[in-house]
Amino acid sequence: MKLILDQFRDFFSSLRLTVALLVLSIILVFVATLDQVNLGIWAVQEKYFQTFFVMKYFPGSTIPIPVFPGGYTIGGMLLINLVLAHFERFKPQWRKAGISLTHAGIVLLLVGELFTGLFSDESHMRLDEGGTKNFSESFLKREVAVIETTESDFDIITSIPIDRIARSKPVDVPELPFVLRVREGAFYPNSALAMRGPNMPQGPSIANAGIGPQIAVTPMRPTYKPDEVNVPSMFVDITGRDGASLGTWLLSTMLSAPQELTVGARKFRLDLRPTRFYKDFNVTLIDFTHDKYPGTQIPKNFSSKVRVLSDDRSVDRETLIYMNNPLRHGGFTFYQSGFDNNDTTSVLQVVQNPGWFLPYAACALVTLGLLIQFGIHLKGFIARRYAKKSEVTP
Amino acid sequence: MKRYIPIIVGILVAAFALSTLRLPDSKTAFDTEKFGTLPILVNGRIKPLDTVARTSLLFMQHKQTFKRPDGTRLEPVEWLLDVFFRPDLSDDYRHFRIVSPDVLALFSLREEDGDHFRYSFNQLRPAIQELERQAELTFEIESALRTPFQKSVVQLREQMMLYHRLKHSMQLPDSEDFLAEVLRFQEVLPAGVAAARAKSTGTEMNEADFKSILDFANRYEFMASMAYILPVPPPEGSADGTTWFNIGQALQRAFEKQAIDAHVMAYAAMGHAYRAGSHEQFNEIVRIHSEQFEKRFTDKLDRSKVEFRFNHAQPFYKASILFVLAFLLAVFSWLKWPEELGRSAFWVVLVAFLLMTLGIATRMWLEARPPVTNLYSSALFVGWGSVLLGLILERFFRNGIGSVTASTVGFLCLVIAHNLSFTGDTMEMMRAVLDDNFWLATHVVVITIGYSAMFLAGFLAIVYVVMGTITRRLDAPTADALTRMVYGIVCFATLFSLVGTILGGIWADQSWGRFWGWDPKENGALLIVLWCAVILHSRWGGLVRQRGLMNLAILGNVVTAWSWFGVNMLGVGLHSYGFMDSAFIPLVVFGLSQVAIVGLGSLPLPMWRSFKAA
Repeated sequence: MKLILDQFRDFFSSLRLTVALLVLSIILVFVATLDQVNLGIWAVQEKYFQTFFVMKYFPGSTIPIPVFPGGYTIGGMLLINLVLAHFERFKPQWRKAGISLTHAGIVLLLVGELFTGLFSDESHMRLDEGGTKNFSESFLKREVAVIETTESDFDIITSIPIDRIARSKPVDVPELPFVLRVREGAFYPNSALAMRGPNMPQGPSIANAGIGPQIAVTPMRPTYKPDEVNVPSMFVDITGRDGASLGTWLLSTMLSAPQELTVGARKFRLDLRPTRFYKDFNVTLIDFTHDKYPGTQIPKNFSSKVRVLSDDRSVDRETLIYMNNPLRHGGFTFYQSGFDNNDTTSVLQVVQNPGWFLPYAACALVTLGLLIQFGIHLKGFIARRYAKKSEVTP
Repeated sequence: MKRYIPIIVGILVAAFALSTLRLPDSKTAFDTEKFGTLPILVNGRIKPLDTVARTSLLFMQHKQTFKRPDGTRLEPVEWLLDVFFRPDLSDDYRHFRIVSPDVLALFSLREEDGDHFRYSFNQLRPAIQELERQAELTFEIESALRTPFQKSVVQLREQMMLYHRLKHSMQLPDSEDFLAEVLRFQEVLPAGVAAARAKSTGTEMNEADFKSILDFANRYEFMASMAYILPVPPPEGSADGTTWFNIGQALQRAFEKQAIDAHVMAYAAMGHAYRAGSHEQFNEIVRIHSEQFEKRFTDKLDRSKVEFRFNHAQPFYKASILFVLAFLLAVFSWLKWPEELGRSAFWVVLVAFLLMTLGIATRMWLEARPPVTNLYSSALFVGWGSVLLGLILERFFRNGIGSVTASTVGFLCLVIAHNLSFTGDTMEMMRAVLDDNFWLATHVVVITIGYSAMFLAGFLAIVYVVMGTITRRLDAPTADALTRMVYGIVCFATLFSLVGTILGGIWADQSWGRFWGWDPKENGALLIVLWCAVILHSRWGGLVRQRGLMNLAILGNVVTAWSWFGVNMLGVGLHSYGFMDSAFIPLVVFGLSQVAIVGLGSLPLPMWRSFKAA
């Protein structure tokens, strides 16, 4: 029994394992970088790094087969290997202080990256000049928003993540007087929409309520290009609590306005939109400027002058967001990310990362450790050279 | 006698280096030096006309030297003067480089019609329409998916466009005498403007005056849209000191101001004198113009003068020649006179290093930037860093190996830099996201030194393998010394790559809000760090010994080259400041050559020529 345990410990603390894991991680990072050309940066992270195994589908099947250890596996094993190796081999001594510090820093870096992957959120806020928003929107995630507008002074929003509804199972929210269910096979991750003309080749629309019947939907392959976005569309059967059909509706991110649905005295709006993250403050874009180098189109600087107003009015200030100078407020950080509409729309990246300080702490440890280690080596090297010289000189 | 060799070599090489500071005697009576120093604005940077001439020549024909059809060699500025003021001559200059046989076929040209694959505007003129049509077809296609033919079409179109815009920069090429034209314009200006005003208010006006002014207006509008260079500084006392104008725009402004800008007049007069071959007149106008400039823009003219000298000195070209010399000296030192030739090699590398330092420092001063701002300057700096480390090794070990590797890596980096200079001005303005001197000075510099160290370690390892397998010279002490060098340099590379990568993460966190985003360039840097970790841990774990360490270090060259150039070819990611795909084949060849050397290094020891018991 003890022998097995020893073998187990020897395996997990061995330098051979370290090297093997490092080589595996090199292969993983390299292949993932190449695959960005096909999949784009987001899908690559999910497929290679935020997973225990890189899966592949056999052609024509839906059974995933693990083909390579993923980021979680390799990172986790490296972590175990590192910690065990330290307990196993390193006796506390000053000579090894640098190495220990460096590795402690790397552990913190890996943990911090895991923490960031699990708990951070990235979204963006598009603001027109003069416009105000109290929410940011997800880059990739979409939601079906059911907005109850019965009361005149407030809305009640029910948000259904697209992954929930896409599975064609009934979505039953107790607060709503109806149940939503996507028609089997009528969820399209990407699609193109066109107005139906009199001579359209397609048959009649599946939709029979809202704007749906006037629109033709063509399913498309999902795109991963950085400059293109997917347009998800779906046909949703809405059934009242009494079992009566309230129609089949087309929902799509391409539709510019929400569709109205009335159930008895209650009024609703239906919308498929980027998932929103509401904040307890408003951001107003006062002015966006985009300087170019004289006589060229090369951007020199972008900046957004914004006003931040919290809901309880305790914060009301103006500030300038520009490259390398974000706005930090309420646990969120706003970065200048892009612009649009002939320099009248500013796009801010909104990041919430409770573990943002971990990499900084890790860096401090690694740098200190390396400097100590390098210093020790250098001292030894120079001392040896001098010793040698004095040997040679009679 | 022998012991004087290092001193003699040192003095000769230093004299060669100092000769860079001398300006060549002008062969023409025209004061091309003063003309070439005149500052103008292009691509957001104020630079001397000489730089425009050189970068245009590099862009169009991949070299700075140019020969007229009659065989006379022209300085770049002289070539530019002809393009500006004698387009009738320059249309016959063969300065468009076309290597694609398919593109040549478009023009029904053959290789022998050109001068080393270079063709003239007049040779290409008949099929310009067809080129335009092919280019329009190509623009429909994403640049990554274009065929070599389509890429060549677009490239040639850009080269011809540049030439066309240069021709329209100082005067309109269809004008017999542009000075006379501008003077006539000045004459009719008051009456013409009055007529135009009258027309807009509907009152009676002189039709002839109106028509003549309309002609001028159309001509200068076209010129304003075509001109490449902005030689007219903002008017004195204007609030915005950055708005320069091209000649066409300055002429258009004459409609409001009722007067023609003095700079336009000066350049038109220069053109007149140049066409007439009257060098006294030309030199006098250039002198007065330069003096006027100096009064207002002392610092800009000073920079221009320095840049002009820097262009002429060509410190990087001279350094590359010295590297070849140093390499030969160091290699011969292994065969004969190790002490004398070895020391000579060291001195030659040192002089080349000083030349590079001077060149890089001048660029930094001209740009007011840290050393690395784009791929071109990264190539210079990688070379500089490797040479510095190699010199330090040579100082310690005194066995010629440091000199050999330093001169090899230095030379290769300068060749890479030269090939990167064909895209235009290498001192370009920084895009907004990169415009931060603090991070450029820390993250970019540190990571680039990491590249330097990786390449140096890799080439030291190549010395080990080649020396060991092909010669009998690799004895145990040398092998031990090389091992210590490679190990030390890999440690150094680990330190810089890791710290540089982490600094990059902090910069990303500051500007994009995330420490790590799996961007290709970030991944490239990470690969170097991981590879260093593999080398060090394999060594510590006893998985590799001397030869294994060397092979891993050689593969480090491939990892570093990939991280440096390969990721830029993917065309994705946020670090797209240096997108390029023309390096693909050289990169593959380099990778394969390294793998081949690793194969050589993996031969079983009995097959090595060294390490044999005597």
